[in-house]
Amino acid sequence: MEFPILSLMLAVPLVAAIACLFLGAQSARMVALFATLFDLALGVLLWLNFDIGGAQWQFVERAEIFAGFSYALGIDGIALMLIMLSVFLMPICILASWDAITKRVGEYMSAFLLMEVLMIGVFAAQDMFLFYIFFEAGLIPMYLIIGVWGGDNRIYASYKFFLYTLLGSVLMLIAMMWMVNEAGTTDIPTLLNYDFSPQAQTWLWLAFFASFAVKMPMWPVHTWLPDAHVQAPTAGSVILAGVLLKLGGYGFIRFSLPMFPEASAQFAWLVFALSMVAVIYTSLVALVQHDMKKLIAYSSVAHMAIVTAGLFAFNVQGIEGAMMVMLGHGLVSGALFLCVGVIYDRLHTREIDRYGGLSINMPKYAVFFLLFTMASIGLPGTSNFVGEFLALAGLYKVSSLVTLICTTGIILGAGYMLYLYRRVAFGEQRNADAARMPDLNAREWMMLAPIAAATLWMGIYPESFLAPMRQDIAALEVRMARAAPEGDSHLRVGEPMERNANFVAAAHDAEGAH
Amino acid sequence: MNLASSLYFTGTEVGLSIVGLVLLLVSAWGGPRSARLVTILTVSALVGATLFSGHLFDLAASETAGRAFSDLYRADTFGSFAKILIYLATIAVLMVTPRFFDQRGAHRPEYPVLMLFNAVGMGMMVSATDLMTLYIGLEMSSLSSYVLASFLRNDTRSAEAGLKYFVLGALASGIILYGVSLVYGFTGSTNYESIRAAFAVEFSTGALFGVVFVLAGLAFKVSAVPFHMWTPDVYEGAPTPVTAFFATAPKVAAMAMLVRMAMEPFAGEVDAWRQIVIFAALASIVVGALGAIGQQNLKRLLAYSSINNVGFILIGLAAATPAGVAGVMTYLAIYVAMTVGSFTALLMLRDPMGQNLETFDDIAGLSTNRPALAWCLLALMFSLAGIPPLFGFWGKFVVFQAAVQADLVALAAIGIAASVIGAFYYIKFVKVMFFEDATREVETESPIGHWIVLGLSVAIISPLGYFLTIPLGEWSAAAAASFAAAM
Repeated sequence: MEFPILSLMLAVPLVAAIACLFLGAQSARMVALFATLFDLALGVLLWLNFDIGGAQWQFVERAEIFAGFSYALGIDGIALMLIMLSVFLMPICILASWDAITKRVGEYMSAFLLMEVLMIGVFAAQDMFLFYIFFEAGLIPMYLIIGVWGGDNRIYASYKFFLYTLLGSVLMLIAMMWMVNEAGTTDIPTLLNYDFSPQAQTWLWLAFFASFAVKMPMWPVHTWLPDAHVQAPTAGSVILAGVLLKLGGYGFIRFSLPMFPEASAQFAWLVFALSMVAVIYTSLVALVQHDMKKLIAYSSVAHMAIVTAGLFAFNVQGIEGAMMVMLGHGLVSGALFLCVGVIYDRLHTREIDRYGGLSINMPKYAVFFLLFTMASIGLPGTSNFVGEFLALAGLYKVSSLVTLICTTGIILGAGYMLYLYRRVAFGEQRNADAARMPDLNAREWMMLAPIAAATLWMGIYPESFLAPMRQDIAALEVRMARAAPEGDSHLRVGEPMERNANFVAAAHDAEGAH
Repeated sequence: MNLASSLYFTGTEVGLSIVGLVLLLVSAWGGPRSARLVTILTVSALVGATLFSGHLFDLAASETAGRAFSDLYRADTFGSFAKILIYLATIAVLMVTPRFFDQRGAHRPEYPVLMLFNAVGMGMMVSATDLMTLYIGLEMSSLSSYVLASFLRNDTRSAEAGLKYFVLGALASGIILYGVSLVYGFTGSTNYESIRAAFAVEFSTGALFGVVFVLAGLAFKVSAVPFHMWTPDVYEGAPTPVTAFFATAPKVAAMAMLVRMAMEPFAGEVDAWRQIVIFAALASIVVGALGAIGQQNLKRLLAYSSINNVGFILIGLAAATPAGVAGVMTYLAIYVAMTVGSFTALLMLRDPMGQNLETFDDIAGLSTNRPALAWCLLALMFSLAGIPPLFGFWGKFVVFQAAVQADLVALAAIGIAASVIGAFYYIKFVKVMFFEDATREVETESPIGHWIVLGLSVAIISPLGYFLTIPLGEWSAAAAASFAAAM
């Protein structure tokens, strides 16, 4: 039997989470940091041992210890990348909360470690109901994180987050039960190749869509997100934006697209329509925000809309692009929330107008902030460019109009991000207290530098990230091919001319005469 | 079918009755001083009854069901499973009771004796296979319940609860009796098997009335909407340990009785009663959830929560399949653990003077005063709300799965969507305990007995409970197999 590395990755933070409940503040911080770093090391090990081009499901584990479903774990390249994102962001989250959280530290660290367990579990689960349990269980620690350690309006935000996402997911459970009853198995790899009748697919797709659209979040069910982001502590926002939002996209890739290809094609117009509205509408909303976190939250909705549009393009570029946007957005929006957190810790306000001219007294901070701002816009050389370009290229094969409208999101994105940066970092130092803020300390360096490096790596050499996923995405495309919609561009390959365009008969003859 | 085997199969009831009568004498002579002794003896008698029921369960699982007294009574797997739950719940309640009554100077030995007779009645309810036995068991349990509800005789709320319970309970008994007389009139028998056979030949409108009346009366006993009105008042007024008891053991007994009724004598008329059950299930889920939202009193809130839970259990019954019955039994087992845990936690909430606390204002900021208790309550509330990975999810999972397998997808979808309303007030518990600041002092120590009961319940409903899914599933399936002949 292979070494059960995935189980170990679940067990380490779980044990640490239980330990943290009983520890004092400083030791809880240390335990949490070590546990997350250890999980990061295990994640690196996982990536190094992942056989690119090998079996579709690797590191498979299976134990029949429950009735009705089994403890089955295993990952493909898509899950691998998302697990890497989770374990990479987690130690950074712990560092971000190092000084900012002072009350009930043990419980706080415990909730975060529990989140890590559940996120890895979601991506690694190979059993439908095991997936559901991990997927749904994340509500509990996140509810506590927002509610106990959040901002002034935290109770409203925590309720909204909890009830919204719960209502979205319960219908998915009924759909799962129906599928299991029909197909006679809870095994995800088997279900991936089970053909449900197109009529049934319609209902199943809608039930799953209710859940994933809320998690994603797609317009118009995105309203929980700005509230949750604004009220959550910095690290909570990072986890929300960095990983939890990816659950929706992962759900589409893992369930909706391969299990219900016909229904996906049938409802692609719906997804496109909602994505187009989201890109334009939430970008415009972001433009008028006075609260930094809210602005970044709305930009997340706009970015996620590009993900959904890319996914339903039904081709390799679209899906690869969507995955890259998810990974890139996880890093970049997480980093932007950290940037907000850095200055929030100093001045305790998120009002954009209370800052200004930070590049004068905090030059190093300003550089990092600039890098992440540019990455969020999708500047070439950063992670988001690769993803957005691929997603839009894939989308263009299907619909020029949708691509046109979604591309404006990038322009609007540049608008609101640069406007934010100008108001915060450039200009005069309007506020005396903001002008006195010290630059980054060592801890903040440790948080921001790794993300900056990863952002650039993903932008400059995306192959490292695309390679593990390539085979799985190709398999997905094959699976969906029978339902893939026809593009609207109607490309016609013309008749080739007899000769090259630059052929000059006389010169040719003249040359021959020499 | 001789007398010896009949007595053997009714061993728990016979044994508990004898112990009850002896203890009644002890308490008559011993007076209040003997309360502790009688409680201990009652608990040991119930432990013995639990073990014997376990033995009968194994026996019935391997052989044919043990019929006693010419099929007036059946010691089958279903009955034994339900009885084990009933006895365990009663034991748990008895363990956490004494301190409550001691503090009010009302710890009298009648209390455990009444509980014991109640347990005898409940045992008869779940094993009865004849309408007469059923009615005797039902009344035996109900009458002792009425007395228990008004056990704090100097407390007007307790007296009011007892009176209300008595008047409305008597009404329900009357409805059941009327239904029983109609069923008997149209079938000529009170035996379950004979009734089913007679219904198979002819099911007239009059008989349908009989079935509806019987089910309506039973719906009252399980406090399903629209016969739930008594529940919040009785739960709020009765002494807290008695409320804990009402919410667990009698609920299991009444639900098991309802299941047996539906799956044995009325098994052929599923189409007739299914719509009633579906209506009651959905109405209970919605009313139980909406009614709880405005409540300030925690006991009243838990009363609505129990109505809400009954709705989910009835979804399993609506499936009318072995999987549905097994789902009901699994749900009941988990429900008992959750409810016993919640009420024990409630009993542990006292101010430094020893007064019990029972409103939301009282538990504000509990997580800073009593972190261990607050975390236990958090787990219990999320479990009641059915959020995985807590074990309460599994109860909902099995009943909804049974409904989906029985092609009742719409019922399952509406039911589970309505469960989100219920989540609203369960997470309010967590909000009040964790997100708000403490406003008052609470007692910081609790007796070890309370911790044991709470710890066990929380261990069961924690994610560790999932390791129970295999044995629990097997036992429930074995219990459901009791009705194999009828389905």
